[in-house]
Order: sequence, then structure tokens, then C-alpha cells
Amino acid sequence: MEILNQSFIDTSFWEEIFSQHRSIITQYDTPWITQMRLDALEKFSSLGIPDQSHERWKNTDIRKLLTKGWTFQFKPPEKPVKVEDFFLCEVQGFDTLLITLFNGWYTYKNAPLRILPDGTVIGSLRAALVEAPEIIENYLGQKADFSQNAFASLCAAFASEGFFIYVPDGVQLQKPIQMVNVVNYSEPLLMQTRNLIIAGKGSSLQLLHCDDSNNNEAAFTNSLTEIYVGEGATVDYYKLQNINDHSVIEHNAYIYQEKQSLCNTYSINLHGGLIRNETYNYLAGRHSEGNHFGLYLMDKNQQADNLIFVDIAATDCMSYALFKGVLDDYAHGVFNGHILVRKDSQHTQAYQSNRNILLTDKALVNTKPFLEIYADDVKCSHGATVGQLDKDAMFYLRSRGIDQDNARLLLMYAFAAEVLNRINIPALKDRLDDLVKKRLRGELSICDQCVLHCKSPEKPVVFDIDLSKI
Amino acid sequence: MLLQIKNLHVAIEGKEIIKGIDLIVNEGEVHAIMGPNGTGKSTLASVIAGREDYEVTEGEIIYKGKNLLEMPIEQRAREGIFLSFQYPVEIPGVSMANFMRTALNDIRRYKGLEPLSGSEFLLKMEEKKQLVEIQSQLTNRSVNEGFSGGEKKKNEIFQMAMLEPTLAILDETDSGLDIDALRIVANGVNKLRRPDNAFIVITHYQRLLEYVTPDFVHVLFDGRIVKSGKKELALELEEKGYEWIKKEVSAL
Amino acid sequence: MNTSWNCTLINQLNLIIAMPNDKNEILNEITNSDYKYGFVTDIETEFAPKGLSEDIIRYISQKKEEPEFLLDFRLKAYHRWKEMKHPRWAHLTIPAIDYQDIIYYAAPKVKKGTSSLKEVDPELLKTFEKLGIPLEEQKRFTGVAVDAVMDSISVKTTFQETLNKLGIIFCSMSEAIKHHPDLVKLYLGSVVPYADNFYAALNSAVFSDGSFVYIPKGVRCPVELSTYFRINAAKTGQFERTLIVADEGAYVSYMEGCTAPMRDENQLHAAVVEIVALKDAEVKYSTVQNWYPGDKNGKGGIFNFVTKRGLCKGSYSKISWTQVETGSAITWKYPSCILQGDNSRGEFYSVAVTNHYQQADTGTKMIHLGRNTSSTIISKGISAGFSNNSYRGLVRVAKKAENSRNYSQCDSLLLGDKCGAHTFPYIQVENKSSIVEHEATTSKISDDQLFYCKQRGIDTESAIGLIVNGYAREVLKQLPMEFAVEAQKLLSISLEGSVG
Repeated sequence: MEILNQSFIDTSFWEEIFSQHRSIITQYDTPWITQMRLDALEKFSSLGIPDQSHERWKNTDIRKLLTKGWTFQFKPPEKPVKVEDFFLCEVQGFDTLLITLFNGWYTYKNAPLRILPDGTVIGSLRAALVEAPEIIENYLGQKADFSQNAFASLCAAFASEGFFIYVPDGVQLQKPIQMVNVVNYSEPLLMQTRNLIIAGKGSSLQLLHCDDSNNNEAAFTNSLTEIYVGEGATVDYYKLQNINDHSVIEHNAYIYQEKQSLCNTYSINLHGGLIRNETYNYLAGRHSEGNHFGLYLMDKNQQADNLIFVDIAATDCMSYALFKGVLDDYAHGVFNGHILVRKDSQHTQAYQSNRNILLTDKALVNTKPFLEIYADDVKCSHGATVGQLDKDAMFYLRSRGIDQDNARLLLMYAFAAEVLNRINIPALKDRLDDLVKKRLRGELSICDQCVLHCKSPEKPVVFDIDLSKI
Repeated sequence: MLLQIKNLHVAIEGKEIIKGIDLIVNEGEVHAIMGPNGTGKSTLASVIAGREDYEVTEGEIIYKGKNLLEMPIEQRAREGIFLSFQYPVEIPGVSMANFMRTALNDIRRYKGLEPLSGSEFLLKMEEKKQLVEIQSQLTNRSVNEGFSGGEKKKNEIFQMAMLEPTLAILDETDSGLDIDALRIVANGVNKLRRPDNAFIVITHYQRLLEYVTPDFVHVLFDGRIVKSGKKELALELEEKGYEWIKKEVSAL
Repeated sequence: MNTSWNCTLINQLNLIIAMPNDKNEILNEITNSDYKYGFVTDIETEFAPKGLSEDIIRYISQKKEEPEFLLDFRLKAYHRWKEMKHPRWAHLTIPAIDYQDIIYYAAPKVKKGTSSLKEVDPELLKTFEKLGIPLEEQKRFTGVAVDAVMDSISVKTTFQETLNKLGIIFCSMSEAIKHHPDLVKLYLGSVVPYADNFYAALNSAVFSDGSFVYIPKGVRCPVELSTYFRINAAKTGQFERTLIVADEGAYVSYMEGCTAPMRDENQLHAAVVEIVALKDAEVKYSTVQNWYPGDKNGKGGIFNFVTKRGLCKGSYSKISWTQVETGSAITWKYPSCILQGDNSRGEFYSVAVTNHYQQADTGTKMIHLGRNTSSTIISKGISAGFSNNSYRGLVRVAKKAENSRNYSQCDSLLLGDKCGAHTFPYIQVENKSSIVEHEATTSKISDDQLFYCKQRGIDTESAIGLIVNGYAREVLKQLPMEFAVEAQKLLSISLEGSVG
């Protein structure tokens, strides 16, 4: 159903949609979950869709994108979908546990929740709502405060599906888990999905979260991911976003860390109309560490908007953030960094850095690295730069006989590599290396389908010049 | 008797570093404290100067007949204790002149003396700079900022000359110095030796002691003074190495 | 004044600053904890009735015998102000202000047309003597021309004759309106329009006095120009307006100081400063802001809501702001530069100290519009007690501002664990040939530095004073000599009682 455009920014519209479809939306709910939805909807209504007077939305006009008008799909597809028909993961040496959403719905018909031999549970959130209500009630929305976040509240009200991962205490997962949302719909579709990831005490987990467009139709994904990192646990969370120019991702991640835990997040924005990632990292326990890396390579009218809020509420915590962007054509890069060191969070060490390269006079960067500090025994700093490729380095390369285009490419690649080098999965790093090279040469487009899974995997990208010679 | 250390035990974060030291230093004496790395030499220096990270678990230190451990850091300094730091810290934006003038006048005030006027102070600075052959304009350089390793050490001796302490502790002042700088530093120390002051020279090697002749040499090992002697002990140590001491200790 | 002599003098003074003679004085002052400018002068004062209305504005304008265009300006501002809301985006907790409970015009009764010192009320002279600002020229130590403003009225401008010979206009805003209406009309509101923001609009409606400076083409002003602001009367707000115009190739260094009596109530200070620098002109504006900060429980103090902005209108022009902010209960202030002329340059050097319950949200805006423009921001924030201290700055490089550069360094120092230090930089770059760099750090005084100082016999309080002054030196060295010594003392005094 096509709905009148302007109404999408009215809260009453969303309330109405909810009450119209309430029976479908809540069909898998326990009473507890339905109540949570109603609370979230109320919260959303009081907040409203943010406009640009909102500090964190100054540089992104989300209202405009919403009023384009979207359709909904509140029911899972009736016919089972064989994602394998158009999807194949063929990264050399990269073996993952793959779970897939298709247009926002879980696609594995037989096993909505898989229980691995070590006790790990992966699969559909919808199934977990029914089969593991006690875990859901202990964690879902319990470790994240999104009461000031309109989109997260909206998602909490509407979402019935998403990924669910539970890693028991002490389990070290050997294979990365890969969660993919593939979008291929005939009309502009608005999806709301909610993911819950629980890493028990002393466990370790590598997570890939991919968003991919499979056609050229617009899509709006509003998703909410909660990650609970138990005491001494380690979680690596890779977000790979490669959607078409008409599509929007509004993603909220809430990460809650217990003592001595470690969480690294990576946001790799390769392609998309608007990619907005909000990461809220709450360091609740002593000696916990939350690091955030990001790379955005945008061109045309694309926009990448990354927000990192690190809330340090315990002593002896560490946080490091590095976001780098290359902006071509009319592209717009936004970075909102915010470190909050609460009172008595002594011995904090926190650093944030945002570096940008502008390739044209039409491209635009807004960067706001904030520090808000209420404890005195801390070492905090941030830095931001906007500039061009280093002229001296360009000159050096060209004086070695490298032509200007290649020299430019090389330097951009080197600029991006600082982030890629932080990736802890070698096969993934190699694959992303290739993708970034392709992206920088303008060869990556939506017909490459996705980051990792293509029926005909590309040959590795080779530079025309030998890097080792310089 | 200027300084008396009695059965001193010191711990840091619960770990005992000094395990019972006795030492007497009289006016006019130079004591060398030698020993391998990590045996508590710098800890001893820090405890005498009053660094707060260390916990004295047992024993006492009597200085000029007073309980030294009860005095705050700056009072010890004003009573004439000077520590030449192994790693002098940088204080950006604070000029050497301003720093020294504040220190000198604070000490003078403690002793009931009039503060030095600007010109008196400048004269004194020029005079003491020559002692350690410092050429640069200290008036506009920040404390230790941008100083080379050698300059930092010379700067420590310069400050010692300015403040004229009764008990100076040189903590590895010779480490990282080339031969010229070592000679300048030693020369400075020798010129400052007087019958009414004393030095504790902490060093890993014997080479500084070629220039600054000690009256006593103590070997510190595993938090204790395991051997004391005259200056010849330093030579013997140089010749036989610390392995010799280790063997002797373990034989006991 | 002979320039080479001037240079020698400055060198000598430099030496004094490198080694202040007055260390003991500083220590003495540290032990005497009170705000020393807190006295009240008992002087006959003429007040307007409380509150704000069109009538009050007409009253002010009439009192000052203003031309029609100015009354228009005021009324337009007033009507816009009525529709505006006070800004809420700052990291500040501002109690509700009743704008009808403020007296908008208070003037010490001064004989009209005061031109020689003999005619100035002796009480006023005494006040400024007490503040360390002698108005008698022969008492001045260096060549500094002073305009003294008490409450709403400029009481005395010194050095008139010397300046007149060079064609320099340095007078109160009221006089400028009377004697140089064309200049005022041309430039007033040209940098800070009357509807710029809530407080600027309020100021435009009710400003009473302030200083006016005009430096003619090619003239280098040989003396420092200085205005001293003083709030004396109770229940009044101070709304001064300063306008500085440097014509082509001109140079001027301008200093501003301010104090207020200690009162339990909060008093509002909403000033506007506008600077215009034409081609090749340079203006250096220094402030030592020491309004009464309130007592140590956060009672009383000045609300300092100030709009300061400079326009580098011509090519190769330069505007430099230096501020030492130690006073006021709440500070909301962003001295800014609009770099319109090609190759123009903006600078902002700031030390902001907050102690007890003070709040400061201060910083700058550098708006790069012209080609090859450059700007530097050095900000040093120091927070102690229960205070909150924020740096907030915008660097914007517009599309046409090719090859522009900005470098920003914002450091915060925390003394104690009950205060807050925050940094909110906004960077927007719209072309590919410009370079913007921002670095910020937050730290405390290291234990090693303190130990080192104490080992040399310096007590904790003076060690902190020493280290803090060192930390702020990059900014303090930008101040004219006269101010630098005062600023150094102020830093130590403001932090007194902040370490336990």
C-alpha cells in the first residue's frame, strides 16, 4: 500500500499504522513484549521524527527522505525464499555461519533457531520471542537506554523480526557469524528489524552484519541492534553496508559492556543513498574497552553519517575511535563523535579521530568530535582533519614515474588502509582490500550485489603498478 | 650526623622493594650506592625525597635530628634535600628562570631570608650556569622541554647549584651522558662539595666515580645493602661484575 | 611615540614577565581569598525606571540626544527581540531571567561635556584608582589611552590630544554618535546585525554606551587603546556597545577590562563588540574579563552574554582576539572572525578559568569566505571546584574559500574530580583545496610535575599556579604587557582554594 508522503513525519500516522496492524505486528508477542512495544510507541510519539534543529541531526535531513513515501510488509513472505538462488558466499578461505534476512524477514524455513553443539543459539528473533521468552525478557531493551532516540523507539514498537544470537558463557566461537539483510522488492519498502546479540561471560564472537541491495529500488531500513558483552567477553562487530543510491539505512547499535570486556566495531560504508550509523557504547564495567573504526567512501549524492557515543561509567576503561572518509562528487560525510566520561570514571583513556579527504569542491564534510568530561584523572583527546592528498607524497610518487591517477589511487588506498588494517579476520580484510580498491577506481557498483557474496566472485583487484616498488 | 636510615622497608602496591636498609651519612661525605637494575636504588632516592607512591612499612629516616618521613615533600626540599632526577619531567610553558626563582625564594622565605631581587637572581643564575657550562638562555626555555638527555642532566646539576642543598641525591645522573657531559657534571658536583654538605650518588657503573671520589661505596642488592666499603669496592665491582655479588649473597 | 623606543620598552617588559617580580605578591593574594574588586562606589546615579518597553528605549535615546536613525535601529531591534527566545544549545544551566526586573539605564551623574580631568567627579576618579586604572595621564606607566565606562556611561577618555593629531577617533559611543554620525551609521550593525541573536538584539535595543574607535588609512595607532568597564549600581544591566573600524593599512591594539561589585543578585551584562578591518588593516583585541563570579557557593555573579565579532572585510586584513576569562557566574561568548577578504587572517587565543560554581561556554567561530584565508585557534580551558567549562567553536570553510587553512588546538585541564571540561568543535568544509586541523586534549596536572616542583621546595598551591600559567603561556604571551602581568595574577587567584 502506498501512503501519502507528508504523513510519514507525523507521529499520529505511525500510531495509526500500529493500531491498524496491531494484531499482525504482535502475533508472536508475550504480553511483556506487547507492553514494551506500546511504551516504545508512546516514547516515539513524544519525541517525534527529528528535524535538523536536533544537535545530532544537524547535518542530515531524514524527514525529507521519509516523505518520499514507503510501503510496509508486516507479514513474512508466504512462499519460502531460496536465498541461495541469487546468493552465494564465495570468499576464499572465509567460512562463516550464515543467517539471512530477505526484505527484513528470516528466510530459513526449517530451522528458525539453530542450536550449535557448543550451546550457541543463532537464528530468527521472531522465533526466539516464542521459544526463549526468559532470555528475551532479561535482555531485550534491558541494557540499552534509547528513550531519547526516536528511530530506535519506532523500531522497538514495530519490529517483529531480526537476528538473535546467544553465545553461552565461556564459549569461543571458531567461525564468524554472518548476518545478511538482502533487499529486493518491487516497491520502495520500509523495513524495521531488531537484532539481539548476547555474548556470555568469557565468550568470544566475531560478527558480520551486511546490508545489501539486490536491485535498484529504494528501500529504507530502520534497524536496532543490541549487543550485550558479558564480563571478560570479546565481540568484534563488522558492519558492511553496500546499498543502492536510493536506499537509506538508519541503524542504531547499543552496546553494553561488563567489566574486562572488549568490543571492536567496524563500519565500512561502501555505497548508499544515506547510511546513518549510530553507535551507543556504554562501558558499564571496570577495565572494559570499546573501540570503533569506520571507513566511508562516498560519491555522487551519497551521504555517510556516523555517530559514535561512548559513555564511560566505570574506572580504568579505554576507548579508541578512528573514522576515515574519502568524498567525491557531491558526496556528504558527517561524523558525530562524543566521549562522555562520567564522574568518578577515573583512569579513563579515550581518543577519537576523524580524518577526511575531499576530492571535489562540491563534496562536503561536517565533523564534530565532542568531549564531555567530569572526571579529572583521565587522558582524553580527539582530532579531526579535512584536507587533500598529501602534495609532497604525490610529487614523490610521480617523480618515481607513477602517473597522476595511479598515484592518487595509491594514496587514497593508503589512507583507507589504516582502518582496514584494524580488521581481525584476515580473509575479510583481503576481500575488503579488494573492494576498497575497486571502489576507489569507480568499478564497484550495485551490480556487484554485495560485499561478500556474489554468484560470480570478482577476480582479485590488482593495481596496475607494483606497490612493492615504491 | 646528617642522615640516618634505620631498618627501612618500602613497598609499592603491596610489593616490598626495600627490605631493611641501614645507612648513616655525615656532613662532608660522599656515599655511592651501586647495584644492578631493579634492586631498589631509585626507590631509596624517591623515598628520601618523599614521593607519595611508596609506602614505608617499617623503619625510620632521621634527617638533621628530625623525623624526615613526617615532612611534606617541599619541606624536605626547603630543609636542604635535593634530588637530581633520573628522568626529569617536562613542564611546558614554565620558564626555567621563573621556576628557579619561585623555588629559590620559597626556600629563602622558609629560612627567614629576604627574597632575591630580579637582578640578584639573574646574577646568581649566570654564575651557576657557568659551573655546568650551560650556554643557552634559560630565561625563555621551559623546564626540561626540548632539552636533550645530556642537557636535562646538566640542568639538574645547575638547579642543585642554585638551591645549594645540604644533602644531594644524584639518581643515575651519569646514565646516558657522553664523556664530555659526564666530565662537566662531575666537575660541577666536585665544586659544590663542602664540609657541611653530603652527597648520595646512585649509579650503575663505576665511571662517574672516577671523577667524583666517594668516601663510601655500598652495594644494594634485592632491597638490602649487601656490601659496604671504601672507593676500592667500586673498582672491584667493575672488574668482577654484579654476578660476583649475586654469588656471594646466595652463598650466605 | 618613537617606535624603536617602544620596542626596547617591550623587550624589557618581556623580561619582567618571564620572571615576575611579584611572585610573593601573587602568593599573598592567593592567601587573601576575596574578590578584590567587590567594593561599591557611593555615587549619585541617575536611573531609568525598571523594565523594558518602547518608552524606555525612547527614554534612553532621548537622554542621549540621539539622531533619528539610531532610535529606529533600537526600536527595530526591540521588536525583533520580543519575538526571539534565548539560546538553549550551550552547555549551561541558566536560571530564568526576568527582563522586566532590570534597570536598563543607570548613569553616574557627571557634568555635561567633561573634557578635562578636573571636571570628573572625584569619587569616580577614586573608583578607577582603586581598580588600578588611574585616569590621570601622568600616572600612566606606558602609553595607554583609556576610556572608562561605569554602569552605562563613559566617564573619561584619556590621551585625546595625542590621538587627535593622528586623526584617530577614540571616544565613547555617545560622543561618536554626536560627532561622527556618518561613521556610526555606516558601520553600526554591519558585523553584528540587530537581529543576530537574542542578546545582540537586546543590546541593540538598549545599549547605553561603549567605545568607538576609528583608525584612519595607513595610521598605526602608537598607543594601546583601552576601555575599562565597571558595573557599580545594583539591579542594573550593562549593555555596552563597542565599534572598532580600522581603515586601509591601519593598525590598532585594543584592550578591555571589567569588574563589578560583589552582590548576591545576578546581574546581566550583554555587550556587543563589532570590528571592521579594511584592506591590509590589523586589529588586535584583548580582554581580561574579571566580572564578579559569585561567591564560592555559587551565589550572585554576573551573567556575561556577549556577542563579539570581527569582519576582515579587505584583503590581507587581520583580526586577532585574545581573551582571559576568569570572572562571571555564567559566560556565553564566542568572539568570531568573518574572513571575507582574500588572504585575510583570524586568530583566537583564549584562557578560560572556572572555579566554584562558575559556568563557561566559550569559543569562537572562524568563517572562511575569501580565498587563501587562514585562522588559528588556541584555547586553554581550566576547570576547578564544581564548575563546568566548555569550548565551543565552529570552523566553516565555504566553497569559494579556496586554499584556506585552519589550525585549532583546544586543551582542557581539570583540577579536582567535581568539575567538568568539555570540547564541542564543529567543522564544516566545502571545498577540496583547504586544510582544517583540530586537536584537543583533556588532562590533569601530572603527579610527576607536581613532585618535581615540590622537590625543589615549591608548595602545592604555587606549583599549581606555576604549572597552570605555563599551560596558558601560549595565550598569555599574546597579551599586551600591561595585561599579561595582571592576567597571570588573576589565573592564580581564580584557582585559589581549588586544591585540597
